This record gives sequence, structure tokens and C-alpha cells, in this order.
Amino acid sequence: MSSIISFREATKVFPAPRGRGREVRAVDGVSLDVREGEIFGVIGYSGAGKSTLVRLVNALETVTSGDVVVDGVSLASLGEARLRPVRAGIGMVFQQFNLLSSRTVAGNVAYPLEVAGWTRAQRDARVAELLEFVGIADKAGAYPSTLSGGQKQRVGIARALATNPRILLADEATSALDPETTQDVLALLQRVNRELGITVVVITHEMDVVRSICHRVAVMEHGRVVEVGEAYQVFSAPAHDVTRRFVATALRDRPSPAVLERLRTRHTGRIVTVGVDEVAGSSALITRVLREHGVDGTVVYGGITEVAERPYGSLTLELVGDAGAVEEAVVALRAVTLVDDHGRADR
Amino acid sequence: MTWDRLAPLLGEAFGQTAYMVLITLAVGGFLGLAIGLGLYLTRPGNLLANRLVFAVLNLAVNVVRPVPFIIFLVALGPLTRAVIGRTIGIEAFTFAMCFMASFVFARLVEQNLVTIDPGVVEAARAMGASPFRIVRTVLVPEALAPLILGYTFLFVGVLDMSAIGGYLGAGGLGDLAIVHGYRQYDWAVTAVVVVIIVLIVQLVQWLGNSLARRALRR
Repeated sequence: MSSIISFREATKVFPAPRGRGREVRAVDGVSLDVREGEIFGVIGYSGAGKSTLVRLVNALETVTSGDVVVDGVSLASLGEARLRPVRAGIGMVFQQFNLLSSRTVAGNVAYPLEVAGWTRAQRDARVAELLEFVGIADKAGAYPSTLSGGQKQRVGIARALATNPRILLADEATSALDPETTQDVLALLQRVNRELGITVVVITHEMDVVRSICHRVAVMEHGRVVEVGEAYQVFSAPAHDVTRRFVATALRDRPSPAVLERLRTRHTGRIVTVGVDEVAGSSALITRVLREHGVDGTVVYGGITEVAERPYGSLTLELVGDAGAVEEAVVALRAVTLVDDHGRADR
Repeated sequence: MTWDRLAPLLGEAFGQTAYMVLITLAVGGFLGLAIGLGLYLTRPGNLLANRLVFAVLNLAVNVVRPVPFIIFLVALGPLTRAVIGRTIGIEAFTFAMCFMASFVFARLVEQNLVTIDPGVVEAARAMGASPFRIVRTVLVPEALAPLILGYTFLFVGVLDMSAIGGYLGAGGLGDLAIVHGYRQYDWAVTAVVVVIIVLIVQLVQWLGNSLARRALRR
């Protein structure tokens, strides 16, 4: 896969407010490639620089040094007037939707088509098609103030797709939505990627968003990319502290020390946490190992979820049986997956 | 004064006031919108940020606006003579009104534009819209309701300004009330003029409110 967006030592410095404070290096020497056709996530806490990073792609902000190459075009060398057509070829959706309150749903979706110089007939046909695609054809004549958050974001997505862009930028597109609506909008972004072949860059502070739809992810902190890789890899083996904290927010399958303490008071057997993922330790495999050793395994904590549409998680088991058999079972489990042995309660 | 004598005087004064107010509303509305947009756009961090232009416009508005109109009339004298050719008469007076109204409305326009969500402007930029298109299709339509109310407010202010038209021999309803009502102790004339002005203001305010309500899609 070729790269469609390429950051090359991209740096964006905002000057200090007059007279006081320090300049802000919002993006600090980022080199990164987004591949054509993927859903690429950028995750980080507020102020990590991810919003500025994504605005370098459609030149709402321009680099202080370095370069951003989009679809073969180097943006650092272009002036404001030459950047406008580049922007028109990239769709963007926003956390607060940013719809024009003075226009109807159809009028909002038609806006980028007017900018691009489509005729009225072409616009009407395209708007109808887009509203159908995002599932709000019945709201064409409504004003944004009468819509729910999820409907507004569908309008935002339809508007962003209007001119058939090759890239869609989603800046915290689901952060203002409730969990259920978030899932709907994420599913829509996934459809945009699959059915239309559009490269999607998702900015988020929610690891759940990355878990649900991203193929690859970059983790940002203080303007730098501290970790980048396949979403599944980043989840299963986070290398950086920030990444680990984010992973912990999305996967709550491992018992905390306090939870473990409570488990020990309820369960007298040996407690182990076994990893479950695509390669190692499917639950069927774990069950079989235990049965072969004549050990009873009871699930006392844990969960298995999907990361990048592949199974991932862990199960915490209470193993009960002959002491020697349990020991052998643990050794056998270690051969097939990662095992955290919490031992037995001392009593 | 009898109604037979008052009626033609009223008609003439009403015509003079209408002349002054309508020209001032047209010119002041247009220039005020332009200067107000200029203030908004050149403000640091905005679409056409330009520290120098912003500072000049801002200073001009701040200097002109607080001057009492009756003093402003005199101060503007030399410029009025240069542009109109004389410093008295209805044309000279209307020129001064246009000048003041432009700067008053400019500030109203600017204040209404800053309430527009910057995110909407950013979205238009992200779709490749030029600054001029953003003014035309985003800024003005999004702020239309408060702009209409601001323009209604300007109307009342302009009508107020026109009341001292007699000072430069421009005539008008205010002049009628002063000359025949105040100076000749003819309370009936003052009362009639006041009633007419109140009715005009009521009518325009009602019109402005209902137009603004229609423009407001929230």
C-alpha cells in the first residue's frame, strides 16, 4: 500500500501570546505515513497536538518547518490560494459538527458543491444520493437546530463526502455523542472506508474508537508521536506509558490489585489470569488444557473483546484440584498463552 | 396652530426627515457593514488578520463614535465643505449623519460577527471556500438575525440624530417640534410630532423584530 499522507519532520509552532507565556510547539518533528485505504487513528490527551496535526493535512494550519505531502503534493510550498483546491479534495468532520444554522440539511451538504462550482441540477442529485448514504434522506428540509447530535454528525459526514474526496479527516467526530450514537457513527465511518475506499484519519482521545475501527494508530504526547503501529499490536503490546494508560481505559479485563484482593476473599483456589488473543490461548484451548489435567477452572473475572476486529482480552480463573495437577496445568497453560499467576491466598 | 396650517408643515418636515433618514440608512448600512466586516476580518487570528488595518479601523471607530453628534457636526465642517461644497443645508447635514451612522453600525456589525462560532468558519475554509465567499455565504447569513436587529437599532439612532437637523437648516420633524412647538409654546405641535415619531419607531421595531425572527433558525 502506498502512502497518501506523509508527514516529514512536520513541526508547528504557535508564537507566544503577546508579551507573555511561551511559544507552543503543538506538533514537534512528526514523521508519519498514512497508507491509502486505511483507517488511521491518532490518539492522545487534550493538548497533545493531534488536532493541529490533522489540520496540517488540509492546510488549515501550515507547517513552521518540515513538510506534509498529501497525494503527492507538497503543502509547505503552496500559497493560500493554491491550498484551497487541495482543501476541497479532503473531507473533514468536526466534534461540534459546525453546520451552518442558516441552511437546511440539504443546503449544508450542497455547500462544498457550490464552492466546487457544480450546477444546481448536479448538486441536487448528489445531495439526495449522499443523504441516502448516511441515512437521513427524510431530514433534507430540516434545519440543524431540530436534529439530534447523531443526525447532525451524519449531515457533517455527508457534507464531508460531497465532493468525492480521497481523504476524510474526523476530528473527535464522536466525542460529543452518547455511546450508542457513537457506535452508529463509527459504523458509518467504517462504511465510508470500505464501500467508498476513502482513507480515514480519526483523531480521538477514546481508545474505544481506535479499538472499534482503526487499522493502525499513532499515539501522541507533547506534540510528538511516541508510538505507531497496527492497532492490534499496539493494544496487545503497548510500548509507551501513555499507550498503556489508553489501553487500560479500553480494556478493563485485568483485575486491579483491589479487585484481586476481593477475589481472594471469595475464592480459595489458585488464581491465574490467562491472555486470550488470536494467536494464543483461545478459550477452547484453555478449557482443553485444564480438562486434560483434571483441574476445574472457574472464570472469576475478565473479558474478551475485539481489537481491529480480532479477538483480544483475558480471563481470570480460579483453578481447583490436586495441588500437583494444578501446578502442571499452569505450566501447560504457559506453553500456549501468557499467564499471570496470582497464586493462592495464604492461610 | 390650526390643523390646516400644520398639515402642510408636517408634510414638508416628514419628507425632509424621510430624505435624511433613508439616505443615511442606505449609506450608513452599506459602509457600516463594510467597515464592520473589515474590523472582524482583520482582527488578529481571523481570516484576513492584519494588525495595522485593524488598528486604524478600530481607532477611527473609537474616535468618531463617542463624540456627541451636535459637536461632531461642527468638527466635520471642513470635510463637509470639501465633499458637499457647503456646511449647511440638508445635504451637508445628511453627509454628517452618514459618516456617524457608518461608524456606529460598524461596531454593531463587528460585535454581532464575533458571536459566530469560529468552527463554522473553519468548516467553510476546510471545504476550500475563499474569504470573500465566507463573508457572503457564512458570516452574513449566520449573523443575519442580530444584524437585522442592529440595523433596526441604527434606524432609531438615525431618527434621533435627524432631530437636530434644524441646527444646520436641514428641517425635518425635530426642527418642526423645536421651532413651532418649543419656541412658540405650541404644545399641540410637539405632541403631534412626538406621536408621529413614536409610531414610526414602533412600526420599524415591529418590522425588524419579525424579520429577525424569521431569519433566526434556532
